[in-house]
Amino acid sequence: MSSLATDRIPAPETFGPNAEPLTLQVNGQPCTALADPATTLVEFLRDGLGLTGTKLGCDRGACSACTVWIDDEVAASCMTLVYDVRHRKITTIEGLASDGRLHPVQQAFIEHDALQCGFCTPGMVMSCARLVNKNPACTLADVQTAISGHLCRCGTYPNIFKATLAAAASVRDSESQR
Amino acid sequence: MNDGPTESRSVLTGIVGETLNRVDRKVPSTEPPEWPANAELQVIGKPVLRMDALEKVTGQARYTFDVQLPGMLYGRTINSTVPHARIKAIDTSRAETYPGVRAVHVLEKMLSVAQLRDPSVEANEPYPIVRFTGQPIVAVAATSARAAEAAGQLIRIEYEILPHVTELEDALRPDSPPVYPGPTEQAASAGGGGAPSGLPQQGNLRGPNTSGSRGNIEAGFQDADVVVEGEYRTQVQTHVPMETHGLVADWREDGLTLYSSTQHVVSVQDEAAEVFRLPKEKIRVISDFTGGGFGAKYGIGNYGTLAIHLSRKAGAPVRMVLDRREEHVSVGNRPSSLQRLKVGAKRDGTLTAIQLRSYGTGGVAAGASVGSCHHSMYPCPNTSIEHFDVFTNAGPCAAFRGPGQTQGIFAWEQTIDALAEALRMDPLALRDKIDTRDADDVRARSAERRIGAERFDWSRRRPAGSDTGAVKRGIGMAQSMWPYLVNRYATCEVRINGNGSVDAFCGTQDIGTGTRTVFAQVVAEELGLRAEDVNAHIGDTRYPPGPPSGGSRVTSSLTPAARNAAYAAARDIATRVAPLLDTTPDQVVFRNGRILVRNHPERSLGFAEALRRAGVDNLVHRADRRDDYEGYARKAGDLHISKHAIGGVQFAEVIVDTQTGVVKVEHVVAVHDCGRPINPKLIESQIIGGVIQGVSYALYEHRRLDGATGVQLNANIDQYKIVGARETPRVEVHVIEQLGRQSSTDARGVAEPANVATAAAVANAFYNATGRRIYTLPMTPANVLAALRAQ
Repeated sequence: MSSLATDRIPAPETFGPNAEPLTLQVNGQPCTALADPATTLVEFLRDGLGLTGTKLGCDRGACSACTVWIDDEVAASCMTLVYDVRHRKITTIEGLASDGRLHPVQQAFIEHDALQCGFCTPGMVMSCARLVNKNPACTLADVQTAISGHLCRCGTYPNIFKATLAAAASVRDSESQR
Repeated sequence: MNDGPTESRSVLTGIVGETLNRVDRKVPSTEPPEWPANAELQVIGKPVLRMDALEKVTGQARYTFDVQLPGMLYGRTINSTVPHARIKAIDTSRAETYPGVRAVHVLEKMLSVAQLRDPSVEANEPYPIVRFTGQPIVAVAATSARAAEAAGQLIRIEYEILPHVTELEDALRPDSPPVYPGPTEQAASAGGGGAPSGLPQQGNLRGPNTSGSRGNIEAGFQDADVVVEGEYRTQVQTHVPMETHGLVADWREDGLTLYSSTQHVVSVQDEAAEVFRLPKEKIRVISDFTGGGFGAKYGIGNYGTLAIHLSRKAGAPVRMVLDRREEHVSVGNRPSSLQRLKVGAKRDGTLTAIQLRSYGTGGVAAGASVGSCHHSMYPCPNTSIEHFDVFTNAGPCAAFRGPGQTQGIFAWEQTIDALAEALRMDPLALRDKIDTRDADDVRARSAERRIGAERFDWSRRRPAGSDTGAVKRGIGMAQSMWPYLVNRYATCEVRINGNGSVDAFCGTQDIGTGTRTVFAQVVAEELGLRAEDVNAHIGDTRYPPGPPSGGSRVTSSLTPAARNAAYAAARDIATRVAPLLDTTPDQVVFRNGRILVRNHPERSLGFAEALRRAGVDNLVHRADRRDDYEGYARKAGDLHISKHAIGGVQFAEVIVDTQTGVVKVEHVVAVHDCGRPINPKLIESQIIGGVIQGVSYALYEHRRLDGATGVQLNANIDQYKIVGARETPRVEVHVIEQLGRQSSTDARGVAEPANVATAAAVANAFYNATGRRIYTLPMTPANVLAALRAQ
């Protein structure tokens, strides 16, 4: 991964058609790689920055394997042009754990075996973590809605429901103890 | 059979908590002593957490899709836009000079499709004949995916169009255009599939495969008091692994390295060696993680062949990963079926005659037989079995979770349900009467029916069509049967390091089932360690050869080899440590991270400390999986097939909206056996997945082709519907512990048994809800409304 200080690169007046360096805030750091106007966020993350935790399943927003957070809202990175998010804050699966501590949803996915082949898992985790952060009182229906755009061919859905509800409960517990 | 000395051992066999019988079994003398039931073991049978889960939830797990090598190029195939044609010319000149392009290669021969019995018929063709829309023809490698795509569009292919056929019924007509100009053969992949060799072929009709036929079918029907029959249809289903097929080829002077999304690293090495005429030692295959397979990921395939050629030409690594359309179209599917099934029985349920004639199309590949359930599940003296393959101009089929059996059981277990109805017998009572072979799966299903009926509350079942409103509720059940398979070879190596760490190696792979975890558990059990103390290394052909992740055979093949190697290591350690504990090696046991004297836990040493004090630097033990102690019923290639099978019984509750034709599966109880369960948590996950995939097949999935062009109309995942979170039923799993005493771990598989019965259980519940039988999959509103209208 290459990273440069953003202030040294003035934002271009025009962008493209050839690839140019572009800097994005990813997981709390400015990260720079080449991009052109057609570069999608998932391409930029994976091919430009080597952040391969974000997957690509369909390249048309139908499977949600590429889910990341843009300013703390979930988004399909295959349907997002990187140029459009250059002033936004991007969080990927690699940046979800903080200070070496797993997000409660990551921990619960491990404990409830909410994954098999694991290819859809980063996207699932990003959507479920967003739900739990936003609404620790979430219900089964909320979890189903949160991942209704995600596909898992191994059939891990029931364990994802359990894991996410358990993570939400653990967040509620730790909040009530505060 | 097993070489070397054997001895007779008195062992307890049967189902734990049900019936255990003592029998004498001839066992190779080198085999470790029999394990007791799981309750008496430390690590086996415990819900140990998946060892690679942390990598998967943090995005650190590296799939083939994620491999990025210095100087790596991006490969792209250019696929046919017509369903049947002779290629007259290919002009790649403009692509070759496109900026960023480093190599172009035209495919010489199609793999993974039927092959002409007499190849000379097409020997003079300059290029492979195009037989389906989407067939790979040529590939480009460039410095970016975008450049490869753009260059590919500059390639001009001149076709001489040939007449084509895409639908099964059309392909059967005498005047139908032939997909192949002569008879064909279809080898199986390491994951199964394929078709028997040497069968007759007339036009597009290949067969019949009459395997399983016996007795006198006419006499059988004359003996019958009741005859039931039906014509069942199942659709083409595509595999849809979330990680598409992919391979990164790195051709160097000193050898070829392949990173492959595969169900068998060995099969990738084998096929690459064959196609490129390389010694196997020159090829290394690596597969750290595979994002699902379900039967279609074996060998290098056409995309891999192209990637290797491109890497050789360009002198750089080439990444070839299919896009979602290519994944649907060109690398495998479950064939369709049209099954005419007729069964005769006595008034008490005894079967007297079973007649099956099935047709199925796997496109340009053969392998559409519908399984072994009809003739092998329930005893019947008179069977007439005919399976036919019908070629069409559509993408090739491949093995798919329970190949053949999933289609077969949909028809078969509905027919048995219809027979029960005709005999006015409870479906469970009829199975009690007819499910009587002398085999482990039969004994398992007997217990599973009883356990499932209690858990599901089968007693609430009402007569068919009891609900009077438009929305009707019903329950049904169906039984699983899948052969208990063992791979011909499986070798494991266990390395004990002086610092107390343990490494275990096997050239198998994990497609999502938890192979690393069960591998580590078995080694840990022998050494008295925790599973997380063992580093299980898989996914590399440099390790001793391991089994394919197909045919539900990894755990049954891998774990005995792992145990045997770990046992040898443990005995070696015992010999070295015994003097330190002032005892003899046979009194040394391993438990809770310590090495101790049997019945004297106070005389013990920590595992690492004992190794250090014994002066152990490095111990390496390697062992094979021995053949099953009682041998096999038959062998087919690397498949060793037991006379015992794997069972399973599933119960389903459905709601049918008879006004809209929408079916919802509410609840499934799945009761299964897999020999000795090594890890109940992983088994439960896999069974849940099998049920959900079965519901998806039963209700939604359907590959649709445009007849005029052969184009798949739903080659994506927004229109090719699979089960999502909202359609997921409540699934309850119960697993029994069955000790078969055929290997040193008693472990068997469960991936396919968990899947094969689901569609039939749902269909039988549909009948119970509506009083109408659903003969056609998937149970979409159109098919449901048609079934409700039928007389």
